[in-house]
Amino acid sequence: MIRRGVRFLDQRAGAGSALGKALRYVFPDHWTFLFGEIALYSFLILVATGIYLTLFFEPSSSQIVYHGSYAPLQGQEMSKAYASALNLSFEVRAGLLIRQVHHWTALVFLAAIVLHLMRIFFTGAYRKPRDLNYYVGLTMLVLAVVEGYAGYSLLDDLLSGMGLAIGNAVALSVPGIGGQLGTLIWGGRFPGTGAFFSRLYIAHVLIFPVLIGSLMALHLALIAIPKHTQFRGRGRSEANVIGTPLWPGYALRSLGLFFCTAAVLFTLGGLAQINPIWQWGPYAPYLGTNGAQPDWYLGWLIGALRLVPHFDVVISGYTLIPGPFWGGVLFPAVVFGFLYAWPAIERRLEGDRVQHNLLDRPRDNPRRTAIGAALFAWVTTIFFAGAADRAFVQLGVPYEGQLWGYRAASILVPIAAYFLARRVCERLREGEEHPGRGSDARTVARNREGGFEELGPAGAPGVADADPG
Amino acid sequence: MRLLLTTLRWAWRFALAAVVLLFSRRGERKVVRELPASPRAEGAVAALLFGAGLAGFAFVLVYAFDGADTQLLGVAIALALGLIGAALILAAGRVLPQEQAEEERPRFAVPAEGEERRRDEEVERAGLAVREGLDGVTRRRLLGSAGAAAGLGLGAAALTPLASLGPHVGKLLEESPWREGTALVEENGLPVRAGELEVGSFLTAFAAGADKRDLAAAVVVVRVEESALELPPERRDWAPQGLLAFSKICTHAQCAVSLFRYPLYPERSPGPALVCPCHYSTFDVLSGGNRVFGPAVRPLPQLPLRIEAGRLVAAGELSGPVGASWGGVREGS
Repeated sequence: MIRRGVRFLDQRAGAGSALGKALRYVFPDHWTFLFGEIALYSFLILVATGIYLTLFFEPSSSQIVYHGSYAPLQGQEMSKAYASALNLSFEVRAGLLIRQVHHWTALVFLAAIVLHLMRIFFTGAYRKPRDLNYYVGLTMLVLAVVEGYAGYSLLDDLLSGMGLAIGNAVALSVPGIGGQLGTLIWGGRFPGTGAFFSRLYIAHVLIFPVLIGSLMALHLALIAIPKHTQFRGRGRSEANVIGTPLWPGYALRSLGLFFCTAAVLFTLGGLAQINPIWQWGPYAPYLGTNGAQPDWYLGWLIGALRLVPHFDVVISGYTLIPGPFWGGVLFPAVVFGFLYAWPAIERRLEGDRVQHNLLDRPRDNPRRTAIGAALFAWVTTIFFAGAADRAFVQLGVPYEGQLWGYRAASILVPIAAYFLARRVCERLREGEEHPGRGSDARTVARNREGGFEELGPAGAPGVADADPG
Repeated sequence: MRLLLTTLRWAWRFALAAVVLLFSRRGERKVVRELPASPRAEGAVAALLFGAGLAGFAFVLVYAFDGADTQLLGVAIALALGLIGAALILAAGRVLPQEQAEEERPRFAVPAEGEERRRDEEVERAGLAVREGLDGVTRRRLLGSAGAAAGLGLGAAALTPLASLGPHVGKLLEESPWREGTALVEENGLPVRAGELEVGSFLTAFAAGADKRDLAAAVVVVRVEESALELPPERRDWAPQGLLAFSKICTHAQCAVSLFRYPLYPERSPGPALVCPCHYSTFDVLSGGNRVFGPAVRPLPQLPLRIEAGRLVAAGELSGPVGASWGGVREGS
């Protein structure tokens, strides 16, 4: 039976030997390798749940009066998009479940990508020959952020609308072409014409998913061609790769991971409420609410918009660069620009021209680890600044004080992270101690009296633990 | 609630067990191939799979009978998925052959001495193949430039239709429905009466006859003590009886300025201000909408008011462009 199937493929596509090879493809084992797989599986779940949602959602900004089953909003004017999202949540069986799973999965998708990026960065996996694939991965991250933003903006509830207002202001702030860019995308002045929602919709359900999916296929191919990286270990060299073959061990384990990821996401979607749009109400440009927060992966941009000083570049009355440019365009451009440039910068700094298939541990390259720690600490600090209004509204922490605190922190924290990470790496290297375990081995020497004493890590006599005899 | 907590607790235990199972097999294996085949493990896998099937049918049942109970639906489908996941992981670790294999990498990915030159030669040969394909060409430069011109022309032609996505910017971003004499109406369309607003209160109003969703149509009307006003001389008569109107759209990022801070003890607190909830840009009311805090730069555009038969009416146009700044915005215009 199995042989018949393989022969069928072989005689029509000559796939016999390729299939055999693929089944023996070796996956090195390390738990950090799973972040990328979780991202991949989240994408599949996003596509599946997303297709279900498109069957009920109506992407139209034309205004109607709501007569659905959610009583508090009955009789209110709202867009068809928002009304159909309410209908999807209340009238369609399992609709709310699928919508919540879709939203949760988007959050997990982005989180998994970011963790995967950190693994790639701190282990030096982006070095030649995989720098090409690293650029593909970064591009997917950018696309995924935009895709997520487009997704929650589609619902046209109050939160989406406020996010779009800010997005439009950021588009308008691009020097030189801002006015054209903003009116081009929105089909006019904010909140835009009816065409805007069709554009946003087609971007969210077709253009961006297809781009991400194609890049994902390329990403996987570019992993398989030079084969996986691996950490150093017995028998492992630059020329080989040691681990579990795809069939049967890894395939089953990875499929197991897929099902477990899906199980966690459906548990979240079923039990943990997310984005209850009926509580936000419909959007109109003259409506706003205090303490509004975007999805987590946009928190860093909201934080940057808060922290930058109020400053427009104005030349003889003409606004060359409006303020939202600094936090909304320049800041992400700097972060991603640095990430894109880093492999080339590091090659320059280290004069490194060779191919790398063995991974570094973070401590093996203290400079890289310190720079990465500083970058991620910087972005994280600004991310927390994005939630300053929440701390104000819910905890009563004065906003103005927080702002100055975060401004100072966004300069001091990265510097501290740099030196701390460098120090920790160097210390770890000196002692070669495992951070979780402490050191396993102690050097013990016999002294003249016949007792034993423990030697410190550098071979110096440590605490005497002499035998009384 | 209790049911929910118990379910959550079980879900957590289950997730933890899955994670432990997943990672417990990661130790390095010296044995190349080993068959753990234990009947007990096989039995457990089968039980998990049967359980998953049951949970799947439970989902169908909940769907059919209990309407749309999101929690039960979610738990049922998650259980089905999770049990399959557990079965697969268990099978991978305790039933199927445990293998540790070694593969060689393709040669281009391995930094070897002699290899480098061979790769160089291959690159050279590929380059040569490209060049040989163009052997008949004598006027390379000319054809190159002509090709580039064709590409540029076609590219420009392909991109031009993009422009029809958006209208000409022109004056579009500066348009406003406010003219001398435009009446202020409330959300329900009734005229705003000056007597309705007490000192310290706040009201959203619209230009009569305009689309309420038009960015420039909405204004906030506030009332302060007339004696406290510090308006610049040219705006002295813009606020009859202490009534002021400002565009409701923040000049930073276009959120609705929907918070009004009015001091309870004017001696000890900062003056009345309009605050945008998005990034807390704060605009001073008494001096005519100047920014006092936050990332906004331009003042909130003010609408001059006058009272006609007890109703509020615009006494002129807004003092500046509404919404976020862009290249065409002139400071103070």
